[in-house]
Amino acid sequence: MPNFDYEAPTSLASALELLARPGEISPMAGGTDVIDQLKNNRRNADLVVDLKRIPDLLVLESNGSGLRIGSAVSCTEVHNFTAENGNYSALAESSELVGSVHIQNRASIGGNVCNAAPSADTIPSLLIHEAVAHTASASGEREIPLIDFFAGPGQTVLQKGEILKELGVPTPSANTTSAYLRFIPRNEMDIAVAGVGSLIEVDPSSDVVTKARIALASVAPTPVRAYAAEEFLEGKNIDVEVIAKTADLAVEATVPITDVRGSAEYRKELIKVLTKRTLNICLERLA
Amino acid sequence: MSKKQIKTTVNGVEHEILVDSTWTLLETLRVHLNLTGTKEGCSNGNCGACTVMVDGKSSCSCLVLAPEADGREITTVEGLADHGHLTPVQDAFVDNSGLQCGFCTPGFMIATTALLDQNPHPTENEIRLKLAGNLCRCTGYDKIVRSVQDAADRLSKA
Repeated sequence: MPNFDYEAPTSLASALELLARPGEISPMAGGTDVIDQLKNNRRNADLVVDLKRIPDLLVLESNGSGLRIGSAVSCTEVHNFTAENGNYSALAESSELVGSVHIQNRASIGGNVCNAAPSADTIPSLLIHEAVAHTASASGEREIPLIDFFAGPGQTVLQKGEILKELGVPTPSANTTSAYLRFIPRNEMDIAVAGVGSLIEVDPSSDVVTKARIALASVAPTPVRAYAAEEFLEGKNIDVEVIAKTADLAVEATVPITDVRGSAEYRKELIKVLTKRTLNICLERLA
Repeated sequence: MSKKQIKTTVNGVEHEILVDSTWTLLETLRVHLNLTGTKEGCSNGNCGACTVMVDGKSSCSCLVLAPEADGREITTVEGLADHGHLTPVQDAFVDNSGLQCGFCTPGFMIATTALLDQNPHPTENEIRLKLAGNLCRCTGYDKIVRSVQDAADRLSKA
């Protein structure tokens, strides 16, 4: 590992002061990516700033406007909270897929977002729920729609000295459901070959889809929304043919690579299948 | 590199240790506290051989920095048995032969203890899912699953 110093500030202000210092500074929440990257020389650091003792970053609450998830809150806590509170099925499902239980107990959702892996399981769920990233740095705070947060594999729009403070997730209406599915060659503990999060809001009087959100993992340099598929689905009564056409359109949002996990063609096929399956799960949940 | 004075409770015993910022908790336990029950496998959070509890939550100690343990309560496999009396989880692994070479066993003991704390009556699927972060090259897992089921039975009767 590189020879880094370690600080665990207990206030956001002192963390931002540390992060504004010169040199290579790594903010760290759960550390399950950061420590691994430091060990394998994929990350350098003069200073690691542990964010887990900052109360502002450990907020986890549901209020009138929606869910607030502090950037250092663990996947386990997010899973337990969203499984019990509100209409966030996709988020509850995906936060239970990040590595093992031992990883989920440490890894934060904020870290999963900032690590910005195209395959990150929690990101499609946050995108379909229209999450907003609240960032903080010594020069102020910003609000960035999460869809605009990613700049490439492992790259975000965060500036030096700037951290993700919390994720805001608006309250979905009562007629909304969501689901996330990924494909991996085994049953657990693997990186998504492809993943799909779907959210639909349906008018109960007419069964017409009033809102559709579909986001994809592992099929582009960043997580992406399938806008054409969403537009097609909105205003329709869902049936088998509509679902099939939506799935075909979702594939249009992909620019997959061929790698050890799967070929580009295979990934496109998976997006089609997973889009259908997540939409069907959403329908079952509405019924 | 800098040194940090930390105070941490390991298996109920408080330690004040001068740690290097770059040590992992795993290294601190094994090398500096001589608690070699916790094993080093992959060192990247995949195999679970180094699983310990941090404030009651199972964690890969290879992915915890030593200074993070300041003020935390750590439980390793050495902290399970009480004065030589094995816990029901440990007894179940022994009686069901839930081990062969034994390298993964400390991690499985901690992971199982944490699982049954959270969910005293897991289904077989839940056991396989929740213990997926612990790898075993010997048993083929069936005897481990049976051990966990037996441990759950023993704990519910205790």
